[in-house]
Amino acid sequence: MSTSVQSLPIVLSRLCKAYGSVKALDNVSLNIAAGEFLTLLGPSGSGKTTLLMALAGFVRPDYGSILFGDREMITTPPNKRGLGMVFQSYALFPFMTVAENIAYPLKIRGLSKSDQKMRTEHALDTVELDGYGDRRISQLSGGQRQRVALARAMVFEPQIILMDEPLSALDKKLREHMQIELKALHQKLDATVVYVTHDQREALTMSDRIAVVNHGRIEQVETPERLYRQPNSFFVADFIGESVSLPVEVSNKKAHLNGRVLKSDLPISEGHGGHRLVIRPELLEVILGEIPETANDFSGHVYDIIYQGDSILVIVQHESLGQINVRVPANRAGQKGLPSQGERIGLALHPEDTIIVPEHGS
Amino acid sequence: MEQIGKRKIDGMWLTVVGIAVLFFLILPTLIVIPMSFSGASFLEFPPTSLSLRWYAAYFNSPEWMSATQTSLIVAVMTTVIATPLGSLCAYGLHCSTPRIRNSVQALVIIPIVVPVILIAVGVFSLYAKLGLNYTLTGLVIAHTAIALPFVIVTVMSGLKNYDFDQELAARSLGASRAMALWTITVPQVKFSIQTGAFLAFITSLDEVVISMLISGGDNATITRRMFNSLRDQLDPTIAAISTCLIIVSITVLIGVQLIGRRKNIDK
Repeated sequence: MSTSVQSLPIVLSRLCKAYGSVKALDNVSLNIAAGEFLTLLGPSGSGKTTLLMALAGFVRPDYGSILFGDREMITTPPNKRGLGMVFQSYALFPFMTVAENIAYPLKIRGLSKSDQKMRTEHALDTVELDGYGDRRISQLSGGQRQRVALARAMVFEPQIILMDEPLSALDKKLREHMQIELKALHQKLDATVVYVTHDQREALTMSDRIAVVNHGRIEQVETPERLYRQPNSFFVADFIGESVSLPVEVSNKKAHLNGRVLKSDLPISEGHGGHRLVIRPELLEVILGEIPETANDFSGHVYDIIYQGDSILVIVQHESLGQINVRVPANRAGQKGLPSQGERIGLALHPEDTIIVPEHGS
Repeated sequence: MEQIGKRKIDGMWLTVVGIAVLFFLILPTLIVIPMSFSGASFLEFPPTSLSLRWYAAYFNSPEWMSATQTSLIVAVMTTVIATPLGSLCAYGLHCSTPRIRNSVQALVIIPIVVPVILIAVGVFSLYAKLGLNYTLTGLVIAHTAIALPFVIVTVMSGLKNYDFDQELAARSLGASRAMALWTITVPQVKFSIQTGAFLAFITSLDEVVISMLISGGDNATITRRMFNSLRDQLDPTIAAISTCLIIVSITVLIGVQLIGRRKNIDK
């Protein structure tokens, strides 16, 4: 029981799936390390759920390969893939008790009654629902149902667990709480987790790495911090975090804005179309005196100041670039010396924060 | 105050009209029951004398008993075949793409929409070639064909309210598709399947037009014999049989309702 499960790596190569003329999966290749928490992040209709369903065996790709460890899975039916799956709707069986739900995969596997009972209780314990075994599903709250779904998906110690937006039905507070819990649970279970969400904050909070999916393709796979700070396309930069973007000219590996060279320490990714400068409101620094030589100057006039509780959003009107937003913390340090409406505000964008991305990724 | 008063009157009207419509629907059925207890040799309402002689006549007549047996065998066989077949068809349609679902659904409804006499004539000429006229097998096949749409429609509406992810979940947890269907989906659409089975049974038991053409001799159904009897020798035996049929239908209907209510309490 306590023997730790050997988690499995997943290797996806050149997966394709078309529905008529719509490419739900367009040549998707992805390596997921054993024990990794990988999130598929993308807008609705991006193909992230199709990819998860292909992993689960409910969607048969037209082309490509899916390896769990060194076993090819592409034609294996879902029940032979040995993975746990948590559904958006939880998909709990309403005519069974909590314990019967959790014991279902054990019963299918022909475990003895006493083994079923022991493992079910252990699973209930893991998700902190001990004593709830005899309840009916209808007697549980949303968060509790979520835990039962989790317990059921991991009770048979699968090496891979798939989750399809499991937290989207919960309210914000509970969702944030469950994110932290899921992350802790992942460390305890040592299973490879593939998680689907359209919520970028959730992805940033939980994942070891995030794969951003768009139009059936993977745009970028990176750790949360690198993905946020070094997006490789305008889509990724725009989808994750807040930003204002401005078209720039790139020549000789230098970006030019309004004829002036932009100082940037970040590499400029290859791609199609023009390039854009991405300005994240929290990366701009409010400078009270002179803008340092080393930074890019985005100074303008304060158009509006919006108090948002944890932070203050200042909308700045720039003479030639239009509106630029800057976010400062709503504490004394942040508010100190903040100019009032109509006054001039000094804004610096440092080279390590100057993100320049191609319009379309390569 | 005025508004509430007006609403009350409106409500009253609705109740009155509702009761009138219900009465109108049920009256012809109810009138048969007193007629069956008549002591006279002809159908009369209200009966001038009371007796059970027409029930005795029914239960003591070998012809009527044989016809009843035929009808019950055919109805049970039709239910036994149409229920699983229709349920699986509904499941298949539920799982297919909307385009296939909509077109096949339209096709499946045809037996309900097409005048039964057309089906009867078609079946009769087909059976004449196949040698299935006047056989139990032929009756069961024909009745299954007209009962299927009822099963399909009720089971499909049951599946519509069912979270299909549950079946996927069961499969991901190790159950084969058949096992997931049997252990997770079927228990949750059981009520729809039972309703479908009831409708299949009643459809077969009530069927007259097809039976008129393709049943006969030893395998005449009770409806066919009743029809002939109405034409030839109008006596209250018909009323006694009708009363028995009404009791059978109502009993089955109440049974299905009770099972359904128990399920709702469980929830």
